[in-house]
Amino acid sequence: MFVELNNLLNTTPDRAEQGKLTLLCDAKTDGSFLVHHFLSFYLKGMGRIDAGVNLTVARERGQLVFLEGLKSAVDVFFQTQEEPHPLQFLREANAGNLKPLFEFVREALKPVDGGEARWTYPVLLVDDLSVLLSLGVGAVAVLDFIHYCRATVCWELKGNMVILVHDSGDVEDEENDILLNGVSHQSHLILRAEGLATGFCRDVHGQLRILWRRPSQPTAQRDQSLTYQYKIQDKSVSFFAKGMSPAVL
Amino acid sequence: GRELGMLDSLLSLGGLVLLWDSVEWEGRSLLKALVKKSALCGEQVHILGCEVSEEEFREGFDSDINNRLVYHDFFRDPLNWSKTEEALPGGPLGALRAICKRTDPGPVTIALDSLSWLLLHLPCTTLCQALHAVSHQDSCPGDSSPVGKVSVLGLLHEELHGPGPVGALSSLAQTEVTLGGTKGQASAHILCRRPRQRPTDQTQWFSILPDFSLDLQEGPSVESQPCSDPHIPPVDPTTHLTFNLHLSKKEREARDSLILPFQFSSEKQQALLRPRPGQATSHIFYEPDAYDDLDQEDPDDDLDI
Repeated sequence: MFVELNNLLNTTPDRAEQGKLTLLCDAKTDGSFLVHHFLSFYLKGMGRIDAGVNLTVARERGQLVFLEGLKSAVDVFFQTQEEPHPLQFLREANAGNLKPLFEFVREALKPVDGGEARWTYPVLLVDDLSVLLSLGVGAVAVLDFIHYCRATVCWELKGNMVILVHDSGDVEDEENDILLNGVSHQSHLILRAEGLATGFCRDVHGQLRILWRRPSQPTAQRDQSLTYQYKIQDKSVSFFAKGMSPAVL
Repeated sequence: GRELGMLDSLLSLGGLVLLWDSVEWEGRSLLKALVKKSALCGEQVHILGCEVSEEEFREGFDSDINNRLVYHDFFRDPLNWSKTEEALPGGPLGALRAICKRTDPGPVTIALDSLSWLLLHLPCTTLCQALHAVSHQDSCPGDSSPVGKVSVLGLLHEELHGPGPVGALSSLAQTEVTLGGTKGQASAHILCRRPRQRPTDQTQWFSILPDFSLDLQEGPSVESQPCSDPHIPPVDPTTHLTFNLHLSKKEREARDSLILPFQFSSEKQQALLRPRPGQATSHIFYEPDAYDDLDQEDPDDDLDI
């Protein structure tokens, strides 16, 4: 979790808003540092992690459920399945909809009967959605899957969603464009990490654009978009205003 | 008082109104503001809600507005994945047709949130036919009971659709509003097409207040306009040219007194009617070649003029 990013987003793990969808998008750079931020942000928010964030412990406690997409994709061809497999659509010639995948997600998010609640509110993190497109699913089918996840996670369970979509920047890739724009319109917050237009730089790794959408109360003064540059370090990321990298000042 | 802008009176003329938004400039706030306006005018308002929950849509409206809104929920289970009996029969288009079969003769506003969702999930032709039937209801004499004006307000996300469907919808619409803005100030570009009239367009700056009333503005406030750096003086591009852009006084006078060759003045007329003696007349010299058939007779001789 990057404290500086929390400051920019004006949030902390214990007072994070609920029922929100955040879109992480990367173009010409690797946005996975944003995924790591949100993963540790939400795990910290669960309040039971004492020293740092231990993903293995979280997984054992049932707080973290992984669907290893690529591994399951291979399983679906080599195992006989009685129940519908989450990635069932891969076996069907006509990859219609992602209903089995959605049902897997919904099952995973059900609170365990008896015992203590696994979490205060659930968080669904998708890394990354573009993989579904490359597995042959249509953009509208993926958007429908996200819609149903949003209805269950954000609205019904008052949880949050964080989705990573790559922006290939390829003008020919209409499906990815529709997917990216469709999810953008469903999002409350968009974080877009872009490589610098001028190329690679040692001191400035990229630019982060933060766009707030869908405020619950429209504000008369719409101050909804901010742009910062960043540098990724060993254990943290530092952010600064454009042109204000410590290396050049 | 100030004259009502076009944004205020968008729905009063009826028909199909398209509201185009983008990722950068979201349109649901304006949609809600227009819905509120209709409700305050005493109209019945129906929302086909495909993108947000009913709670989220109703948030920010006070109870007298909410009492006038009928929310048709296509958010919770639009594709009937839960396979319960609760699914609304006929889907969104069925709901649309049911609204129009109403017996209440008052004016009605139907808000489609969003028309993009419908366009992504239904064939374009079916959707266009349904929209045409709904928004042109007054002119369709099929039903004997008189029905009031129907306004259909459709929210569209411009990045999601290709030029074909966009063109089809535009041709059906009486009014198109495109959202944009600059530096924190939103604007609406309104294009109005009325039958037998020239299309009119106007750009209206606005903001939406927390209670979803519409606040019309003159333009972006001075502070938010991009200002040029006062330290850099504006550059005059006409300095240091290799050609002359200016005329001297003598050159200007000569230019002004020039008579253009095809301008027919009275002097020119007189000169043509009375050729001056000694003026060279023009000759045509023609060298016939071997294949020419020269006939000295005047071909017009047999004309009786």
